[in-house]
Amino acid sequence: MRSLFPLTLTGATIRRKGKRLVGPIDLTLQDQGITIVIGPNGAGKTSLLRMMHGIARLSDGAINWGCDLDTAHAAQSFVFQQPILLRRSVRDNIAYPLRLRGIAKAMARAQADTAGTRVGLGPMLDRPATFLSGGERQKLAIARALITKPALLFLDEPCASLDGRATREIEEILRQAATSGTRLIMSTHDMGQARRLADDVLFLLKGHIHEHAPTPLFFDQPQTAEAAAFLNGDIVE
Amino acid sequence: MSDLWEGIGQALWLLVTLDADLVEITLRSLRVTLTALVIACAIALPIGAFLAVRRFRARRFTIALLNALMGLPPVVVGLIVYVLLSRSGPFGVMGLIFTPTAMIIAQVVIIVPLISSIAHQALRELWSDYHDLLISLNTTQRQRMAALLWDGRRALLTAALAGFGRAIGEVGAIMIVGGNIDHHTRVLTTAIALETGKGDFAMALGLGFVLILLAIAVNLAIHIIGRTEQEGRW
Amino acid sequence: MKSLLTGLWVALATSSAAFADDMKLAVTTSFQNSGLADVLLPAIKEDTGIDVQLLVVGTGQALRLSEAGDVDAILVHSRTAEEAFVAAGYGTHRREIMYNDFVFIGPDTDPADIKAADTASVALAKIADAKSPFVSRGDDSGTHKAELKLWAAADLTPAGNWYRKVGAGMGATLNIASGMPAYVISDRASWLNFGNKDGLALLFAGDPVLFNQYAFLPVNPAKHPHVKADLAQTLEDWLTSGTAKALIDGYEINGETLFTFNAE
Ligand SMILES: Nc1ncnc2c1ncn2[C@@H]1O[C@H](COP(=O)(O)OP(=O)(O)O)[C@@H](O)[C@H]1O
Ligand SMILES: [Mg+2]
Repeated sequence: MRSLFPLTLTGATIRRKGKRLVGPIDLTLQDQGITIVIGPNGAGKTSLLRMMHGIARLSDGAINWGCDLDTAHAAQSFVFQQPILLRRSVRDNIAYPLRLRGIAKAMARAQADTAGTRVGLGPMLDRPATFLSGGERQKLAIARALITKPALLFLDEPCASLDGRATREIEEILRQAATSGTRLIMSTHDMGQARRLADDVLFLLKGHIHEHAPTPLFFDQPQTAEAAAFLNGDIVE
Repeated sequence: MSDLWEGIGQALWLLVTLDADLVEITLRSLRVTLTALVIACAIALPIGAFLAVRRFRARRFTIALLNALMGLPPVVVGLIVYVLLSRSGPFGVMGLIFTPTAMIIAQVVIIVPLISSIAHQALRELWSDYHDLLISLNTTQRQRMAALLWDGRRALLTAALAGFGRAIGEVGAIMIVGGNIDHHTRVLTTAIALETGKGDFAMALGLGFVLILLAIAVNLAIHIIGRTEQEGRW
Repeated sequence: MKSLLTGLWVALATSSAAFADDMKLAVTTSFQNSGLADVLLPAIKEDTGIDVQLLVVGTGQALRLSEAGDVDAILVHSRTAEEAFVAAGYGTHRREIMYNDFVFIGPDTDPADIKAADTASVALAKIADAKSPFVSRGDDSGTHKAELKLWAAADLTPAGNWYRKVGAGMGATLNIASGMPAYVISDRASWLNFGNKDGLALLFAGDPVLFNQYAFLPVNPAKHPHVKADLAQTLEDWLTSGTAKALIDGYEINGETLFTFNAE
């Protein structure tokens, strides 16, 4: 199988109702590491991730993968900022992507049990997913996203409403996924998290990529005044 | 007022003595309506799910049409089904007129719009919850409909029960296509119409109470089977 | 739970057995309401083995059903319509079976004083003069047609606020008359069997023009090859037999005879 990467965006833009949400974006991503997308609220982080994942229609430009589109789609998963839970048990939620791929119920459930236990949901596999706490919901979403062993995983502010402990646990899960070869593209507004996880950082401002740099460099010597201000915790418009 | 008490007395009497005619009529009502319900659900639930997940050009029109059909007077449905099934009608050779099958067909026609409309309302909300995830997972249309139908089954139960209520209480259409033939196509509602016609209000009310009890019993039974109470809310 | 459901389903499904020798007979509401059917049908089943399935409808609908071939025969009481029906070839022939009579029902206070009338025409004239409320079936049934004929015979055209066409069966019409209260023409059988007589009374009867002839008409198999002409023939033979005569003449409600057998 040919690799998904490089992922190339050329002039990729999303407009809705005459308003430009993000773009035009020109960007090439290679197949290694964790890319962290940061930027103030409304900068277009969610729009950028959805655009790359292909669930938001492009208004302009193009997105190209190293392979054909169907293969690319099948090899990636998305974790939404608000986890979307199916009205099923935790186990069946995690097993669902496998069931979609025609894997028998017993086998899918067995794999879901393993995946659920790995993210710490072992004791609540039989429970309805809606009974979970915020952190557990996000873990479920991640376990479900990882169960198809995607080559690429998008995460949209997965720790936005979680406390420190849940955040640490999720970061650990993500680090393991990255180690076992999953490419991560993740947005966050938590600078600490960005520092801890990022191999490279995309700083988004008003729908444009304002700065794109590898980790130590971006945090130590931001090239633009806005990036420096943002890292300082100043309000950037 | 005295009619009401007599009716309740009559109903109790019929029930306590397990009146043979009553049992027969009640079982027939159940058989006809439950069969119609199963068929109608098999048609209507996928329609509801399809309308929820698929944007197509005639969608708004279809929804408006379903809502309009929902208000269609059953007598009109009865007349149309009669004309179709009558020996001189296009399906006359099948010899279905004045049989329980004809009544089932009429009830299916009456409740399909109702069930699909309620199902669509319920599944539309579920779809807006699920939309992003199911798109992200590259689901096919079939898989989307299946997920909605399965995960929305509790709401769909309500739709089915509404259909059951409308079908079991329907009289105009099944009177026309069934003919209210004793021991053959007489059901609770047509029997009530008959007793009312005879001026035997107590008997008519008694049958009416039996009908109400039956509707309550079926509702409870379906809820218990669905274990709605135990499993809690989704 | 599942097995219980399956069991219930089987019980439901088997609760209607199929009968080999059944035929459909459309009859008028008045015939059904008389209760005579409950006496005749078991006897027919016993003597001939035929399961007669009754469709209780108005005369107009009975004629339509047989024209469409949806029933095998009809038993109705509206001579003109029946003769037209046979003439058009829908029925093979018309066989008179029995008659009963129409009666005038009204408020027991009898505001139009029709008790004093000596003919049906006079009774109707009194109602029209007094503009007393009168409910008409208005449903094109045999009874409705008979009523219209009586008005015509009395040289009257009923119209106005007091004349209400309800478009309903006999029982429903009697219910309405009882509620208003109003005068109404009913067949004697429906009246005797009617359960809600409060405030109403039988005020006039006996004029020979009020006699109501029932006839049996088999549907023409030449028009509808699927009709069970042989069963209809067997039924006709039975209805005109001595057994039928005894049952029909002997049928009483509250000690009153309702029908007179007159088949030839
Ligand atoms: N479907 C949409 N229609 C119109 N405007 C939208 C839509 N989705 C997002 N926006 C707007 O686009 C901008 C970027 O949104 P988003 O990508 O969610 O930013 P972020 O995730 O960085 O906070 C915001 O101003 C938001 O209000
Ligand atoms: Mg966002």
